[in-house]
Amino acid sequence: MSTSQVTAVPSGEAGPENRITNDFSIQVATVNGSGSQTANTVLMRSMFQMGIPVSAKNLFPSNIAGLPTWFTIRANRHGYIARKRETDIVVAMNPETARDDVLKLSAGAVVVYDEPLKLNDLRGDLHFYPVPFDKLVAPVCPEAKLRKLVRNMIYDGVLAQLLSIDLEQIRVALYKQFGARKAKAADLNWGAVQAGREFAERSLVKTDPYQVERMDGTAGKIIIEGNAAAALGCLFAGVTVVPWYPITPSSSLIDALIAYLKRFRIDKETGQATFAVVQAEDELAAIGMVIGAGWAGARACTATSGPGISLMAEFTGLAYWVETPAVIFDVQRVGPSTGLPTRTSQGDVLKNALLSHGDTRHPMYFPSCPEECYSMAIEAFDLAERFQCPVFVMLDLDLGMNNWMSDPFPYPTEPIHRGKVLTAEDLERLGGFARYKDIDGDGVGWRTLPGTDHPAAAYFARGSGHNEKAQYSEREDDYMNNIDRLARKFENMRGHVAAPEVSRNPKASVGIVYYGTSRSAAEESRDQLRREYALQTSCLRLKSYPFTKELKDFVDLHSRVYVIDQNRDAQMLALMRLELEPEQIARLRSVRYYGGLPLDARTVTEEIVRQEGL
Amino acid sequence: MSATATPPPKKVNRIGLEVMGYKGAKSTLCAGCGHNSISERIVECFFEMGISPMRVAKLSGIGCSSKSPAYFLGLSHGFNAVHGRAAAVATGAMLANRNLLGLLVAGDGDTASIGLGQFMHLLRRNLPLIYIIEDNGVYGLTKGQFSATADIGSTLKTGVANDMPPIDCCLLGIEMGATLVARSFSGDKRQLQALLKAAIAHKGLSLIDVISPCVTFNDHLGSTKSYAYMKDHDHLLHEVSFVPAYEDISIEMAEGETRDVELHDGSKIRLKKLDRDYDPTEKLNAIRAIHESAKAREVVTGLLYINPKERNFVELLNLVGEPLATLLESRTRPPKEALAQIMEELR
Repeated sequence: MSTSQVTAVPSGEAGPENRITNDFSIQVATVNGSGSQTANTVLMRSMFQMGIPVSAKNLFPSNIAGLPTWFTIRANRHGYIARKRETDIVVAMNPETARDDVLKLSAGAVVVYDEPLKLNDLRGDLHFYPVPFDKLVAPVCPEAKLRKLVRNMIYDGVLAQLLSIDLEQIRVALYKQFGARKAKAADLNWGAVQAGREFAERSLVKTDPYQVERMDGTAGKIIIEGNAAAALGCLFAGVTVVPWYPITPSSSLIDALIAYLKRFRIDKETGQATFAVVQAEDELAAIGMVIGAGWAGARACTATSGPGISLMAEFTGLAYWVETPAVIFDVQRVGPSTGLPTRTSQGDVLKNALLSHGDTRHPMYFPSCPEECYSMAIEAFDLAERFQCPVFVMLDLDLGMNNWMSDPFPYPTEPIHRGKVLTAEDLERLGGFARYKDIDGDGVGWRTLPGTDHPAAAYFARGSGHNEKAQYSEREDDYMNNIDRLARKFENMRGHVAAPEVSRNPKASVGIVYYGTSRSAAEESRDQLRREYALQTSCLRLKSYPFTKELKDFVDLHSRVYVIDQNRDAQMLALMRLELEPEQIARLRSVRYYGGLPLDARTVTEEIVRQEGL
Repeated sequence: MSATATPPPKKVNRIGLEVMGYKGAKSTLCAGCGHNSISERIVECFFEMGISPMRVAKLSGIGCSSKSPAYFLGLSHGFNAVHGRAAAVATGAMLANRNLLGLLVAGDGDTASIGLGQFMHLLRRNLPLIYIIEDNGVYGLTKGQFSATADIGSTLKTGVANDMPPIDCCLLGIEMGATLVARSFSGDKRQLQALLKAAIAHKGLSLIDVISPCVTFNDHLGSTKSYAYMKDHDHLLHEVSFVPAYEDISIEMAEGETRDVELHDGSKIRLKKLDRDYDPTEKLNAIRAIHESAKAREVVTGLLYINPKERNFVELLNLVGEPLATLLESRTRPPKEALAQIMEELR
């Protein structure tokens, strides 16, 4: 009978003084397509249901089945939800990576592994728990071909026993995951959980210090992926036209949106839809349809990632000049085509700000959590119609495709803002209009929609060469008047985009600026800097572009400002350089991470410490 | 004392509009350009059919052809899109407002080269839209390079002969799902009028490939898209006329001489037999006719294919009757309870 094999670490149960409660990371190493996602989600949810703050990151390959994949779960009683760089507990299921996975661990870490892999010979300073998965799965899953999918649930049972996870919570999470329609599959998996737990109880002696304990850190919270949250934002923003083209990691945003639209936006009696979803032939067509729909008055959006954005560049420029609303969700990832399409990055910041040809600038939102994916999606539609322009909502793979804890989303308090649209009655009263004339002094002209039943309604939408009345013109003064008005319009957006979240520490001379998914790592890093290096910091979290006054004020108040970018070329910092004064620019420092994994706090801390010379 | 002359009554159409209401700005295309004739036909047909120009959305890509929407239907909204991609803009617009009557004018460069992908998928969707190709075999606005519809052996002004096989947009239309496919010649006023009117009445995607000579770069001896070449090689499939639903005229015709195709609004396309009987509801007939005429170095014109019964894209998506664009918030934002329910499921 196997027992844990430990040499350099104390054997026997860890005493109460050595226990580490609700503060560890688990990494499950499997091959993709093996059904591990269910086991991992159930594991995370069960701790969440016990009130323990958790986060999960799926580090997966661009492949359907057979390549290595890692799922990391972090439980943290302080609510730190960034990826933890160090792994405390590894579940080694993949023979291909098991050796590496074990060799990378720090001393004292835990290894739950498939017994035939014999990993316990590799190191003497870890807690090893061998589990004979194949032997355990056979009796609970008579059908041999299903065993591959069910055997992963065994480690949920083993970990439940080792970490004191409430088995009932695993059961609840598991049945929720499968839903009522797959009750049989749930029963099968539940059998595997129990087999794992019973084996662990019978055959393993706990020697490691990790455990969970009920707390109340998750009351009222939900678990959702950022993409699904953005889809809910679209639903409650009243989106009507959704052309799209599949691309990882944005496809699940549209998948979720389609499901919600079918559920809530089809008339139960007539079966008719108040929306049109079109899977386009490519991203060029997708954005073209968004623009056509926006021109004709619909609330239209699409979702894509960096390579798709490249294809949308020409049309985005046209939308800037024609001045049609468009909402584009960019779920950012690493690089083009093959390589790392399933890894996260903030690589499109600079490109999207200036996308297209000629002088163009576009507003962007930077959600940092699911709730902001939802609320900023709603804001983006309003901004797009208010300012008649393309608006980018900048998620990334980490936010879009991973499960996040979140407060429930509030129902919108403001009515939908449709912007400046003249009806036939308005035209009758006014006698006519000039499409691109700045009547209100905000740089935004009034528009009419095709189909408006009035002889003065029509205008001709075209690129850069037009005058205030939308007539074709190549005159220098017409062009400059128009482009200057567009610049004024962009300036005015500063008062309407989301202002940054600022936390000012009066004792701090160091400021940290970050955006999007760098949030959780940055927040944790600030605590590390204070606790471990006595470095006080202020912070400013950017929520949108164009920048607002708060950013300049923040830079002025600090002698060194670290800008965190998840890209190689410090793209947000570069964008700030375009707007700040030379003495402000001199204060900027860059903290960058671009390895494709979700950012962790330690990486940020180490870089700031290095540059500060601490 | 001077006599007050009573001005002659102005000619108005059945919705009370004069033809002036259908005109556009003065054309800036070359004198004699085939595209100008097509613009004139569009003005006449929309006027004569009594279509409100306020209902029409005009779309185009880039090139000489794509400038032309400025020269007709001045009371209609227009959108000059990017090269080859008016199809996508049109798709979005038609979904946003299903009551629009969409009219897309594109060139052969737009359609058969840079926008070929979008063109094929537009056909596939059978979007309710009139798609006119102003087909002259050259890129005019960039000074006369061959387009993908130029025939093998056709020469440029410089004498250079085209050695690539042409893309036949009508063949694509028939294969890919357009439900009205026709070819015409900008110099054939009667035929083009009838086909355009049929397209206006048709509720699916109407593709009309109009050979429209470029007088500046492709109207010389050696070109197969010149006026002279078309005059000699236009092979009329039949004589086409259009009988609108609101004009209940019955013309006596000898049995077997004509064939009527009824459209969903009750109007009829009347095809008078010329050298042979031709059934345009059969795809294979159309494909054969095109290949045979190409072999004979002729250009077959007329109504090649029609299927008035096929479901269009708006019907396929089962959209509500009102335009999506102007639905009220109460129709597009689900109630508070819906959000509460979703949140509960995510706990």
